[in-house]
Amino acid sequence: MANYETVIGLEVHVELATKTKIFCGCSTAFGGAPNTHTCPVCTGMPGSLPVLNKQVVEYAMAVGLATNCKITQYCRFDRKNYFYPDNPQNYQISQLYLPICRDGGIEIETESGKKVVGIHEIHMEEDAGKLIHDEWEDASLVDFNRSGVPLIEIVSEPDMRSADEVIAYLDKLRTIIQYLGASDCKLQEGSMRADVNLSVREEGAEEFGTRTEMKNLNSFKAIARAIEAEKNRQIDLIKSGEKVIQETRRWDDTKEYSYAMRSKEDAQDYRYFPEPDLVPVVISDEWLEEVKNRQPELRTEKLERYKKEFDIPEYDAQIITASKKMADLFEATVEICKKPKKVSNWLMVETMRLLKESDMEPEDIRFTPENLAKLIQLTEAGTINSSVAKQVFEQMFKDNTDAQQYVEEHGLKMDNDEDGLKKIVEQVIAENPKSVEDYHNGKEKAIGFLVGQTMKATKGKANPGMINKLLKELL
Amino acid sequence: MANIISDETIEYVGILAKLELSGEEKEQAKKDIGSMLDYIDKLNELDTTNIEPMSHVFPVHNVFREDIVTNGDDREQILANAPEEKNGAFMVPKTFD
Repeated sequence: MANYETVIGLEVHVELATKTKIFCGCSTAFGGAPNTHTCPVCTGMPGSLPVLNKQVVEYAMAVGLATNCKITQYCRFDRKNYFYPDNPQNYQISQLYLPICRDGGIEIETESGKKVVGIHEIHMEEDAGKLIHDEWEDASLVDFNRSGVPLIEIVSEPDMRSADEVIAYLDKLRTIIQYLGASDCKLQEGSMRADVNLSVREEGAEEFGTRTEMKNLNSFKAIARAIEAEKNRQIDLIKSGEKVIQETRRWDDTKEYSYAMRSKEDAQDYRYFPEPDLVPVVISDEWLEEVKNRQPELRTEKLERYKKEFDIPEYDAQIITASKKMADLFEATVEICKKPKKVSNWLMVETMRLLKESDMEPEDIRFTPENLAKLIQLTEAGTINSSVAKQVFEQMFKDNTDAQQYVEEHGLKMDNDEDGLKKIVEQVIAENPKSVEDYHNGKEKAIGFLVGQTMKATKGKANPGMINKLLKELL
Repeated sequence: MANIISDETIEYVGILAKLELSGEEKEQAKKDIGSMLDYIDKLNELDTTNIEPMSHVFPVHNVFREDIVTNGDDREQILANAPEEKNGAFMVPKTFD
């Protein structure tokens, strides 16, 4: 029985974080009422003229440089012609002949080791509008707010062989772009979209098999499931003597099934030609150098610096630098409270736990560095104990609560009144003769129960060190 | 005419351009496209070795906008051009992906 190898290449679209659209001064803000961010340019009115947003070129250059691409210093836009109601001009302004970046690649790491995934090209283009299907009218409604939002499309080489490698590549790409500030790269909201080109071939074969393109993949999990299903579908076809048809398929993640959208055979003839309404972009050596010098610190450099400057372990640095938001939060908090390891612990343990529980991304974190620093200062000063700190943190995670204020309002300050505590400890000892006996019989663990009971009696506000000390004295 | 356009070609071009042509119009279009291609052949007679292809007639490059919002909400005017509208959106025949 032949073994099959999966060959995967990705086309990744990323919405750039500019304030305005690529060819007009309309806002790119997400979530406005339909068509409130539109003008004659982005609705394709006759006679309107596009003017290129300089920031788009700079973001594209920054991403190209960070992914080891060659920058095309003489580049141009082309028209891609097709009819669809979300595309008001009947063409999309894109780049075919002279894309802004070429021949790059990034290193990924998976369980099967390190490898470089090549980047064929990165080009700039405009996004299309959004279609809403109206069940009542048997019609579709078009919102052009997204029409003309700047995109870069990052086209990889067919270098990936498994879902693991695809996820590693996407994750790396996302981290780089977030660090550059070029996009927030949210798959769920569509600011990062990945189309998967996949084919299978017998192991050791030189030629590629016929590939399909899969769309509508909104999460890393959906991507992994779609790859698995498409690989199996193609292998089954080949085994039963049928042929894989080159087509675009749409993934339905709830049904875990894909269906053919359109066959590439029915004339995907885009009749590209140079865009006559836009003049060429010439990137001088000086401009390129300027953008290079402005490149922010990327993850690998940040990781090394954290270990040196803040003396935190590799493991901590890995987790914190995995997201730009987390790294920014870390640095800003350390700046205020000067306790790197404490900050890293809060981010790595409690923050990661709550993010996972509430199915959130680090980008969705609501608490500010100021409030996290306050919480750490309260703990360090012995004003609150660690169990109260956790409680305050959970509240802060929900709505960026002011730690200081919350502790005062809820009377959560640690009680350091030793005489008062002594009375409570004596009472706990009197009420729990069984545990006291266990303790005297050598069961060290019994003291833990007594600490817990005392803590409960003080509503969690007692100083745990003091309870321990008193218990040992009194037992 | 040196360039003869086949029925298949005119059919295909019609599909790409979303045009429904009558038999008569097809014949006329075949003639028109043929003579356009003849004209291109004429241009092709010129020796253009070592001449860089040109996409724009003006020696202008790098015309940019700064990334500043200059447009406000112009929905009413934009929708004035819509044959049909609903809920602030253009209404079009039902379209699927």
